[in-house]
Amino acid sequence: MAGSTDTIEREKKLQGLGSSRLRKEDARFIRGKGSYIDDIKLPGMLFGAMVRSPYAHARIKSINKAKALAVPGVVAVLVAEDLKPVKLDWMPTLGSDVQAVLADKKVCFQMQEVAMVIASDRYSAADGADMVEVDYEELPAIVDPHKSMAPGAPVIREDIAGKDEVGHGKRTHPNHIFTWEAGDKAATDAVFAGAAVTVREEILNPRVHPCPMETCGCVASFDKVTGQLTVYITSQAPHLVRTVVAMLSGIPESKIRIIGGDIGGGFGNKVPIYPGYVVAIVASIVTGVPIKWIESRIDNISTTGFARDYHGVGELAADKDGRIKALRFTALADHGAFNSHVSATKLPAGLFSICTGSYDIPKAYCRVDAVYTNKAPGGVAYRCSLRVTEAVYLIERMIDVLAQKLSIDKAEIRRRNFVSADKFPYNTSLGWTIDSGNYQAALEKVLKAVDYEGLRREQVQKRAKGELMGIGVCTFTEIVGAGPTKVCDILGIGLFDSCDIRVNPTGSAIARLGTMSQGQGHATTYAQIIATELGLSSDEIQIEEGDTDKAPYGAGTWGSRSTPVGGAAAAMAARKIRAKAQKIAAHLLEVGEGDLEWEVDRFKVKGNPAQARTMKEIAMAAHTSNLPDGMEKGLDATEYYDPPNMTFPFGAYVCVVDIDRFTGETKVRRFYALDDCGTRINPMIIEGQIHGGLTEAFAVAFGQAIPFDENGNHLGNSLMDYFLPTAVETPHWETDHTVTPSPHHPIGAKGVAESPHVGGIPCFSNAVVDAFAHLGVTHMDMPHTAFRVWQQCKALGISTR
Amino acid sequence: MAKKQAVSFKLNGRQVEVLVEPRELLIHSLREKLQHTGPHIGCETSHCGACTVDLDGMSVKSCTVLTVQCQDAEVLTIEGFEQSGELHALQEGFTQEHGLQCGYCTPGMITRAFRLLKENPSPSEEEIRYWMAGNLCRCTGYQNIVKAVQYAAKKMSSAHT
Repeated sequence: MAGSTDTIEREKKLQGLGSSRLRKEDARFIRGKGSYIDDIKLPGMLFGAMVRSPYAHARIKSINKAKALAVPGVVAVLVAEDLKPVKLDWMPTLGSDVQAVLADKKVCFQMQEVAMVIASDRYSAADGADMVEVDYEELPAIVDPHKSMAPGAPVIREDIAGKDEVGHGKRTHPNHIFTWEAGDKAATDAVFAGAAVTVREEILNPRVHPCPMETCGCVASFDKVTGQLTVYITSQAPHLVRTVVAMLSGIPESKIRIIGGDIGGGFGNKVPIYPGYVVAIVASIVTGVPIKWIESRIDNISTTGFARDYHGVGELAADKDGRIKALRFTALADHGAFNSHVSATKLPAGLFSICTGSYDIPKAYCRVDAVYTNKAPGGVAYRCSLRVTEAVYLIERMIDVLAQKLSIDKAEIRRRNFVSADKFPYNTSLGWTIDSGNYQAALEKVLKAVDYEGLRREQVQKRAKGELMGIGVCTFTEIVGAGPTKVCDILGIGLFDSCDIRVNPTGSAIARLGTMSQGQGHATTYAQIIATELGLSSDEIQIEEGDTDKAPYGAGTWGSRSTPVGGAAAAMAARKIRAKAQKIAAHLLEVGEGDLEWEVDRFKVKGNPAQARTMKEIAMAAHTSNLPDGMEKGLDATEYYDPPNMTFPFGAYVCVVDIDRFTGETKVRRFYALDDCGTRINPMIIEGQIHGGLTEAFAVAFGQAIPFDENGNHLGNSLMDYFLPTAVETPHWETDHTVTPSPHHPIGAKGVAESPHVGGIPCFSNAVVDAFAHLGVTHMDMPHTAFRVWQQCKALGISTR
Repeated sequence: MAKKQAVSFKLNGRQVEVLVEPRELLIHSLREKLQHTGPHIGCETSHCGACTVDLDGMSVKSCTVLTVQCQDAEVLTIEGFEQSGELHALQEGFTQEHGLQCGYCTPGMITRAFRLLKENPSPSEEEIRYWMAGNLCRCTGYQNIVKAVQYAAKKMSSAHT
């Protein structure tokens, strides 16, 4: 009889759910054997280099290619006119707009793509790009989104000037993109009118860049004989790329193969379709040989998917005890020159409406007005789901503002407003249903761990001595796992995901998914889910993603959707296989299906556990003649999983900072992060993701912003200027967790990778502002660089001895 | 285009020769002519360290070294770390301590940490953080990278005693 020791031993062997097993993908990375885009080399391959505009807004009077074509090694120079015969001069964006692939008579942002030089190698291509002569007539640029819709403002998008819609509702000005709103405005206004207390702050989420270590690029290869187009690409969503390329080029989707190999980080930057990809494809069609296009870091920061640029206004109405009665959030969103920010068509700024956060707020209204400016397009959801970071930043800052106004402790005001644990599933006033949560328990655990009361006492003592110590509290709710196809789609394609599992006769398996790892460790995590569901060792379960010829259709990896959607598909596909396996086991054991029970890696006969068939035995049987009558051979299954709802991971963070009032330097003394992402698949990987997300949050809070001058010149597009924290300044992270499974997810998992970014940024800001709270400061905009904090100290008259 | 020049050096213990323009950068010779794609390009301004190689006993960013400067040099890249099928203690450390996610910065990180441990076999956490500050990572938050270096330091020192 199988004892419990035996069962535990078998579970351990599987290294399934809950095991901190080491990552399968590391083997190639630690040897330098990864296969990133620039590592791809195809026979006869040429190299493409972009010619980019020095102006933010200018008319192109002429382009002279002659000198470039005379450069040794240069094969061709492509401009907008050359793309027209193949109808690839303009492309649809993932934000329901259109974008010039190469500037068509006019440039609308600095560094816009004007021409591509194709040459034998990257040095010749760069030489050629320097020799392309473009005659520009400079036009006045709009840099400030607040001035974009002024009467008489220069029209940025002449191509759509007369259109009153670009996919997301009525436009009210030639530089207006859309107005999007949620909630009940009249009811919210009424609460504000009669409220005991109201607070209001202007809060900026500055323009930042995700800046993955690998820049964007591709290798496009068109075979003129077969008509097959193969594109190796840095993409978080290869299937969506294939669909867009098919829509654009007219090449049947079945003849297009998109391959995302190893990706050196994405963070949202590698979701959109960039002009470089499209021109490389055209160049391959024109020249008949493979074309590689790889961005420089400067290209990457200045032209690909920036994030944020949300100029928000937060307002709360409350009673005297700090109980929030209504919330009103509005934002002016600077989307740059083309609306290519990735958004679900039904929700252009949709997840901004998670701004009620972890709190039970009866009435709420939020609105986003998006405008064009002469800046690069491609506002992406940087390590978040479609504007959650902006929403959480607003509410987490505003609840602190309210606490200050009422002299209520910042932890206490959260307790008073939490959605209580007995109210889930909870319907928010902005229309979302939060699946599960236990916010107060999470906060209390953190407060105890950091000795919050002790910290507040220390702060009082320090303040008495004139020292600046800040304690930041943040209790956030995330919304991840896009998403139910009824509310979430891109270009009309629903955001489901998929998994196709094939079990081999000897009991190993291969699973292919529509998601795409950029470092999240999917090969390990998915194998663990399937291992537990199928009773096969995760060592022997191979995971493949990213090759559209192999993987089933899916929307890719962004917005922490891999575990909530892809992971669910994996579990459901495995369950289909297990159901068939049960039938086979019953047949082999000559009992009824109902007489069997599942245990770790086998079906055993109830009451007679010695009578059992392991999954490995069943896998072999599935490929023999000894199957139930009429049963199809094999042990395979495919699942296309459309989630019934988003998942809502949450967390409670505390940050302690000490600020030098003479220099403005902030030292993060302590950062304690408790995350609840539901069922934990691989704790080691989860912790790694949290470390990374917190570090990116630290970068945003303390140093990142993309500045422009009044002419639209980008003032900081290399790593000399743009802040990426090093090992020296990055704080030490303490992590913790609670587990509140999602009731609707097959294994209760919620997704985690963006939580530390979304929750971390306001926690840092809250800590910095808290250091000044006793001096009457209620808000300071990010980034909290030493200079800006010193300016605050100077304004308060505390920066001198 | 200037005249090409032959440059020969030792790459991971093996003599190689490469024909380059004087302006060609070592990272491009390694990746495109010598098929060593382990070192990566991340910034082109010597800030990210993804292209770090060991050149005559010094860590260098190979995106700002000219190949012609490498005549007769000894170059070590990530491809030279595994010996006779045995992982280097640092390669093992990065896996064991989960010191990587996307893997793009990892070859540079390991190569830089190798030079650190040569110069200082038992560094403190602070020393590790300062030594590794020329190598950027966007995924890990560095904590596990520090642990990976400590793992290797410990393993290498116990091998010597």
